[in-house]
Amino acid sequence: MTAISERRQLAYIAAQASDARVNVELETEGMTLNMGPQHPATHGTLRIVAKLDGEQVIAADPIMGYMHRGYEKLTEVRTYPQVTTLVNRIDWLGSFANEVPFILAAERLMEVEAPPRAQWIRTALFELSRIANISLFLGDMALQLGALTPAFYAFRDREFVLNQIESATGGRFHPNFDRIGGLKDDLPKGWIAETKTAMVKLRDFCDMLETLVTGNEIFEARTRGIGVIPAEVGLSYGLSGANIRASGVDWDLRRDQPVGLAWNEIDWKVWTHPDGDSFARFWVRLQEVRESTKMVDQLLDGLPSGPIMAKVPRIIKVPAGEAWVSTENPLGEMGYYVVSQGDLVPFRVKIRSASFNNVSIVPWVLKGVYVPDIVTILASLYFILGDIDR
Amino acid sequence: MIDPALGTLAIELAYWQETLIKVGVVAALVPTAALILGYVFLLKMMSFMQSRLGPMDAGPFGILQLVADGAKFLQKEDIFPARADKWVFAMAPIVVLVSTMLVYVLIPVGPDLVGEAVDTGVFLALAVSSISVIGILMAGWSSANKYSLIGGMRAAGQLIAYELPLVLAVVGVVIQAGTLNLQGIVAAQATGEIFGWGGIGSPFILTQFVGFFIFMIAVQAELTQTPFDMPVAESEIVGGYQVEYTGFRFLTFFLAEFGTAFAFAGLAAVLFLGGWWVPGFEIDSPWLNVLGPIVMFIKIMAVSFFIFWFRFTYPRFREDQLQALAWKVLIPLSLANIVVTGVLKVVF
Repeated sequence: MTAISERRQLAYIAAQASDARVNVELETEGMTLNMGPQHPATHGTLRIVAKLDGEQVIAADPIMGYMHRGYEKLTEVRTYPQVTTLVNRIDWLGSFANEVPFILAAERLMEVEAPPRAQWIRTALFELSRIANISLFLGDMALQLGALTPAFYAFRDREFVLNQIESATGGRFHPNFDRIGGLKDDLPKGWIAETKTAMVKLRDFCDMLETLVTGNEIFEARTRGIGVIPAEVGLSYGLSGANIRASGVDWDLRRDQPVGLAWNEIDWKVWTHPDGDSFARFWVRLQEVRESTKMVDQLLDGLPSGPIMAKVPRIIKVPAGEAWVSTENPLGEMGYYVVSQGDLVPFRVKIRSASFNNVSIVPWVLKGVYVPDIVTILASLYFILGDIDR
Repeated sequence: MIDPALGTLAIELAYWQETLIKVGVVAALVPTAALILGYVFLLKMMSFMQSRLGPMDAGPFGILQLVADGAKFLQKEDIFPARADKWVFAMAPIVVLVSTMLVYVLIPVGPDLVGEAVDTGVFLALAVSSISVIGILMAGWSSANKYSLIGGMRAAGQLIAYELPLVLAVVGVVIQAGTLNLQGIVAAQATGEIFGWGGIGSPFILTQFVGFFIFMIAVQAELTQTPFDMPVAESEIVGGYQVEYTGFRFLTFFLAEFGTAFAFAGLAAVLFLGGWWVPGFEIDSPWLNVLGPIVMFIKIMAVSFFIFWFRFTYPRFREDQLQALAWKVLIPLSLANIVVTGVLKVVF
């Protein structure tokens, strides 16, 4: 009995060995490459597990959660005014824009409306945070492609915007300026003129990047036709913001979903690009920054006078109910689903952040590309880790 | 033409004394050159281009910053990855540095100031410079790191691809000069004439501008500098073959990188810009032993300026794109250049 099974075993081993001898020249072994959680191209702690054949990606999986801070749960033990301090830190580069949809949702539940001046200032600060956020992307994209210099220009020129945000709100990164029913303060003296000067500088920055980066042949060779996302695929993955507009979808919540802010009162344009590749995503964002600077100019010109705070009770208790408000944030659609039970604190807050959906397309779009293109595609999708993990 | 055996300086030294001096000079020159290029271009010029100040505190204008950095590197722990092939890992930076040093031996900076005036100087200089590929492959393989491996393989592929245009670009110069000897090439440029006027000789950049163009692109690729820095691509394979190196071994790679930049700039100066010869002097004038190094230094810094200017300005090519550039554009172009040069040489 044992002899037979041993003989079988030996025969099996011999067969395996002969198979191996035949296959040894034909089979190449794949390699699993861990990009991240500590990797310069992942803007923090995103981890991409890429299965490679040579330098070609067979499968790529984004693994997130290394920076999960539990904001949805934390909001349940914070009063409504305190929540803005938390949500500021979701997309840390455009933090004022994170506060707005939450405040709007709370206002909708309380049936309060901020006075027009507050709405216009909110819109202006919203656009300033968009400029601060995306101008850094414009430099960073070039940095990911190996050009060091534009990143420094981006940091330099973003500072003009951050200075304006700071002088209005007191915080460079985390303004915490939006209040239920209005704003914390009115604008300081001379702010409007200073901001307009800064906007001129930012337009110069956009012009410079257009010649320095988009006009560069190597940049075009690295980004054109790379990471193409067709419109229907992008929509089915829930992409939003510039990522979907770069695929030719004319969809901008600022125009399509009025939430009371001043976007519909001014004259501006939604930029789209038909290609859907990395270049298109860069190009659309570049145009958006320039458009935003023009929007800020118009908002400051047409700023209505009046109070900046509606009448709200000193202790804010939000009546029971549910509200969903989403806005077009720098990274895409960001929304809050707020459930209130008439308490000092929200019963439940669901945060829909843009980057989480934007990186969900990573396995689809990275399939079949080369290792260097992983970096350009990830950079062009533009996510912020705080916005993915929350 | 200078006979290398008969210098203009009448100093008699024993062979071992001479060799010792040469080795000492080259060994001192490589780190000095690397420090100069690193300070002037990597620290200061890049900072000014990027609206920064660069180092300001270490010494006047931050001049000692790289010395301080070097001292810091020396204090670092010498880490071997657990699964590294230890001997190969340790040898790799030395192989790269030795390849750099060997180029220095061959570059002349004066009628007598040359490590070894070899008759096949150009050929040997380009040959020894490509030894560094072996060191880089050793580093990439022995680190037992996937990023290193990818970087090492990319470096090998790229350096082999750009070795060809580098050599072929020089062939035009060799045809014109009629010699492979670097001193001979300098002399040929010094005695040349531009349409009958011999005031500044005839630097080969005027006739071999295509060759110069290709040579500089290939040098950029050999140095793995942007736009050809795919093998080290910080933003994606985080330094490639250098990933696992720390302290002194990393410093060796750094010295080799910048030392090689200096050496290639020197080769470009000798081959295309007239070398150490100063207009108005006889080719074997002893004064050129004093002025030659100064002229060479100025020319080297000018060429290096362009090398680093491109480095700080451009994004990088993808691996397949830079291979396509080498094989489909540069090599046919340099072959055409050789044909045209050869035909013109025969005709005139």
